[in-house]
Order: sequence, then structure tokens, then C-alpha cells
Amino acid sequence: MKLIHTLAVTTALAAVFAAAPAYAQTRIALVVKSLGNGFFEAAARGAEEAAGELGDVEIIYTGPTEPTAEAQIEVVNSLIAQQVDAIAISANDPDALVPALQRAMQRGITVISWDSGVAPEGREMHLNPSSNDLIGNTIIKLSADHLPDGGDVAILSATATATNQNIWIAEAEKVLPDYEGINLVATVYGDDQSDKSYREAQGLISSYPGLKAIIAPTTVGIVAAAQAVTDAGKIGEINVTGLALPSEMAAHIKSGASQSFAIWNPIDLGYSATYIAHALATDAATAEPGATISIGRVGEVTIGEDGQAAMAEPFTYDASNIDEFATIF
Amino acid sequence: MIRLLKQREVMLLAIIAIIVALVTTRSAGFGRPGNLTAIFNDTAVLMMLACGQLVVILTRSIDLSLASNLALTGMIAAMVNAAMPGIPVEVLILGCIVVGGLLGMFNGLLVWKLNIPPIVVTLGTLTIYRGTVFLVSGGTWVNAVEMSDRFKSFTRAEFLSLPMLSWIAILVIALFALMMLRTPLGRAFYATGINPTAATYAGIDVGKTKFIAFTLAGMVAGLAGYLWVSRYVIASVDVARGLELQVVAACVIGGVSIAGGIGTVGGAVLGALFLGVINNALPVIGVSPFWQMAISGAAIITAVIFNARGERRGGRIILKTAEAG
Repeated sequence: MKLIHTLAVTTALAAVFAAAPAYAQTRIALVVKSLGNGFFEAAARGAEEAAGELGDVEIIYTGPTEPTAEAQIEVVNSLIAQQVDAIAISANDPDALVPALQRAMQRGITVISWDSGVAPEGREMHLNPSSNDLIGNTIIKLSADHLPDGGDVAILSATATATNQNIWIAEAEKVLPDYEGINLVATVYGDDQSDKSYREAQGLISSYPGLKAIIAPTTVGIVAAAQAVTDAGKIGEINVTGLALPSEMAAHIKSGASQSFAIWNPIDLGYSATYIAHALATDAATAEPGATISIGRVGEVTIGEDGQAAMAEPFTYDASNIDEFATIF
Repeated sequence: MIRLLKQREVMLLAIIAIIVALVTTRSAGFGRPGNLTAIFNDTAVLMMLACGQLVVILTRSIDLSLASNLALTGMIAAMVNAAMPGIPVEVLILGCIVVGGLLGMFNGLLVWKLNIPPIVVTLGTLTIYRGTVFLVSGGTWVNAVEMSDRFKSFTRAEFLSLPMLSWIAILVIALFALMMLRTPLGRAFYATGINPTAATYAGIDVGKTKFIAFTLAGMVAGLAGYLWVSRYVIASVDVARGLELQVVAACVIGGVSIAGGIGTVGGAVLGALFLGVINNALPVIGVSPFWQMAISGAAIITAVIFNARGERRGGRIILKTAEAG
């Protein structure tokens, strides 16, 4: 199956390559955790938008069909073979991808990570969609806003090894003492699969009868949890919140299963990652602490001491603005 | 032999009851009738697919493309519903069964007419069908807002305090049981698996029987496609990924012999139910996600050991009689 898989990916990439216009000079590969995820599709739209503005850029939007580090390594290897100019990756594992990405850098390919990071030795810089402490604080605040008297909350995450999820959860745990009465009772993992997430949410509902909120900082998880709460007849008792795309949550905001949720703009994220990859690949900027890189209409980012930069603050969506954004992403 | 199989079903039922009882001591709500029907409902799709997989495995074949078939028909159903909400759900369901059946037929034809080993055929169609989901959807999701209310509520409608999804599963299981026990076709599946040569002499077209088995499995997967999408209210390319192996595992745990010819609908259904109970119990008792996979795997291997021992014992008895004679 691996072979078939590799062949399929390679063929698809070859097709994209062959169809590319001859004038494209900088080829930037946008590697995502898995294809067919609404969040990354939106990021790819942003990347195309940036490519249009930059003019001489060709975007290769790719990723494995399943969210594993192994499958991503294959994708990276095939990109090295195609000698792309830059790789911007949202990683399924912080460490497993390092050797493959180091090989890419040795071949002169610019490597940055965005969304979900790679260990510092495997990339030149990392673009966080927002600062991690801000996200950790936001997901707790979203639940606390609707719990004036406090109560039990639980977190439904993606896989237990997802880099970004674990950092946000750690940051969320740090700010918990600031929210009096908010009691985090459990953290469970739905592996970004609808059925597993749904089941884990059901487990939370039956294990913690006093549960007031489920916080899912992942888009598959939050949709599954909202559906589980709806099916359990707990709308109004349990508020589902976290990070999601407006189009995916519109129905659950309307039904009341979710009061509010937050997300940064994924289109802006793909757009910014493309701008940064382009600047580094064309040597218009260097990835060193303190360096400032322009990211078009989004503004500019400054690389911190740890080789990371943050794009913008997460934005909160609720019944008042959901309709407007549900049609956009 | 029948007694042995019956024992397997009784044993599984006992194990399931013990697990439920044990988990209930840790989490009081688990054994409530309401929660048990929820688990049954959660396992409904797996049970139906296990019935489909059963007939395929009985004929010495295997269908690894069932979950991909489910994902593809589910996506098509969701997209048709999003584009034309006016089409009644009943028509959509029939359409799903037809599309799933066609996908199953494709597997069956390759096995029957070209004589390609089933594991190779379905390993190929597993990726083809999953890839086609990308092609038809363009990689985007169909979200809850885009689906019609009836599309979403059909599987949830309760009748005698069981959701429609459970009733459909019960109906499918009953039809399969009836087919296996009461029709010549059911006997043909067993005959094809136990001894294809003898089956041919008895006038059974072995290739065609396999073709029918794949078609039936495909129809079930197609039906499950709609049910899955309606239940989780999301159609994405990741739908039911990895389910194909759970379906095979359910059959194996239920005492279905991978070598063909041995197995019952009851066994396959109970095997699925066993996995369903495990899947639902582990989150409730707060087992680490890293252990969950190991525990499911251990259950499968234990079942295979029991299967192997059960089948070997049969062989020995025959040899002894032969030696004595």
C-alpha cells in the first residue's frame, strides 16, 4: 500500500509540475498534515492568493492522505527529488520529520514550519498562527465566559502526539488558576477521527455528569463533540467550544450546542507562510532572531529568540457573526 | 462443529457481559440500558459491515475496500443532498445501496473474471475508492449546514426507544441470517469456502458465488455510507479511515475462519459488538490513548489463538479416526 500511495502522490505531483507555467521561478511546496481537511484547504487558498500577488511563485499544495509523520516523510522526499525552492510544512510530529527536512535544507531548499511546528534543527523558522499562550488562554476563556459560576470542563484533543495541541493544552493548564471555579476534569484524545472523537465525547458526557463544557482545540473534534452533545440531548447543559472553522460550526452555533468558538484566519495563515517562504528562498530576508519579514496585507512578523514568529490573535465567532463568515471559510 | 460455533457465540456474549459488569463497577452509568442501547447504536455500522465481510470471507476472499466504499458513497450522498435537498432520503438510501453495490461488483468482477487474488484487488480498490473521494469532493468537507434536516434526522428518529440506525442494522443482520440459514445462496457461500472443488462438482459456480458475495458486501457498505455521514453529520475524505481492519477484526473475533467456510452471522455481529463495547468502555474508564490500541490488538490476537486451536482440534480428530481405521 505504501508503494501505491507513493506512486499516487508522486504522479499527482508530477502532473502539477508538468502543468506549471514556464515563467514560475520560485516553487513553494505547502505541505499539510493531511489533504481533505477544510482548514488546510483554506490555507491553500491563501497561499494561492499570495502567489498571485508575488507573481513569480508556483504553489505546490500537497500532503499525505492520512495524518501521519511517516506519510509526510514520503511527501517531503518526493519534494526533495523535484528540487522545489521552499517547503512550508505543518508537521504531524515535531521530531520524526527532522532528518528528512534536514536533508532538504542540505540540498539548498528553504524549510519553514507553520501551524504545527518542527523541532528547531529541522527548519529555519516557525510561524505560529498566534502566540501559544494567547491560544491556551483563549480556549479556557471561551468556556469561562459562559460559566459565571464556574464548573467542570474537559478537553477533547486530536492525537496524543500532536505538537500544537499539546502546547495549547499545556498553556491552557497554566492559566487555569486565573479562572476561578473552572475545573479541568479530563483530557481525552479523538485522533481527529469523527467516530473516535464522538465516542470520546460520549465517554466524557457519561463519566462526568456535572460537565459544563467540552473544549476541543481541533476542528474534527469540536464538530463531533457538538454532535454528541446534541444527540445526548444536552444542549444548554454542556457548551462545546474550542477552535474550528465557521462553516463547519454554523449549524451547531444555530442549534445552541456551541455558544462560541475561536480560530485564526487559515487563509491568512497560508498567505503569510507563502510570503515568508518566498522571502527566505529568494534571500530577501534571513531567518535569524530579530529579523522582520513583511507578510503582505497581513502586516509583518518578527522572528523571536526561539526562531518562532506569531501571526495574529485568534478571533471569536458566535451567533452574531457566524453567518457572515460561514460562507468565507 | 455447530456446537463449537455456538460455544464461541455464548463465550463472546459472556465476555461482553463481564466487560460491561466490570466497567460498571468503575463508572456506574455504563451498564444503564440507555447507555447500552447507545453502544449498540454506535456499533450498528460495524455490525452491518461485519455481516457483509462475513459472506466474503466465507468464500475464501477478503474485502479491504469496504471502508473506502463507505466513504465514497457517503460523500456522494452528502454532495447530492447538499446540491438537491429536495430528493427524499429514502431515494438517496436506495441510490447509496446501488452505488455501493456497483463498487462491490467491480471487486467481484476482477476476482471472478480475471482471477486476481481478492486481497490484491481490494487493496487496489481501497486506494482507488478513497482517492475518488478526493476527486469528487475536491478535498472539501460537506458540513452540517449544507445537509437537509431530514438527511440528518432520519437515522436519529426513535422507534420503541431505539434510533432508526439501530433498527436498520437489526434488519440487515436479520436478512443476512435468513439468507445464510434458509437459502441455497447461503449454503453456496459455505460450500465455496469449505471445498471449492467439491462445490463445483455440486453445480455451484464458485466464481459467481464470490462475485455475489462482493456485491452484497458492497451494497451493505453503500448503505452504511449514508448512515455514517448522517450520524456524524460530516462528510470528509477521512470518513471511516481504518475501519476496514476493524471489520476484519470483528469477523475474526467472532470465530470466522480467515481460510473460509467457517463462521456465522451471530459470531460476526457479536465480534463487532465486542469491539464496540471495548471502544466505548476504554474512554469511560480513562485508559491512556496509547494503551487503547494495544488492548484492542491483544483482544484480536487472543481471538485468533482461540480460532486456531478450535480449527486444529477438528483436524486431529479426523486423523485419529483414519489411523484407527
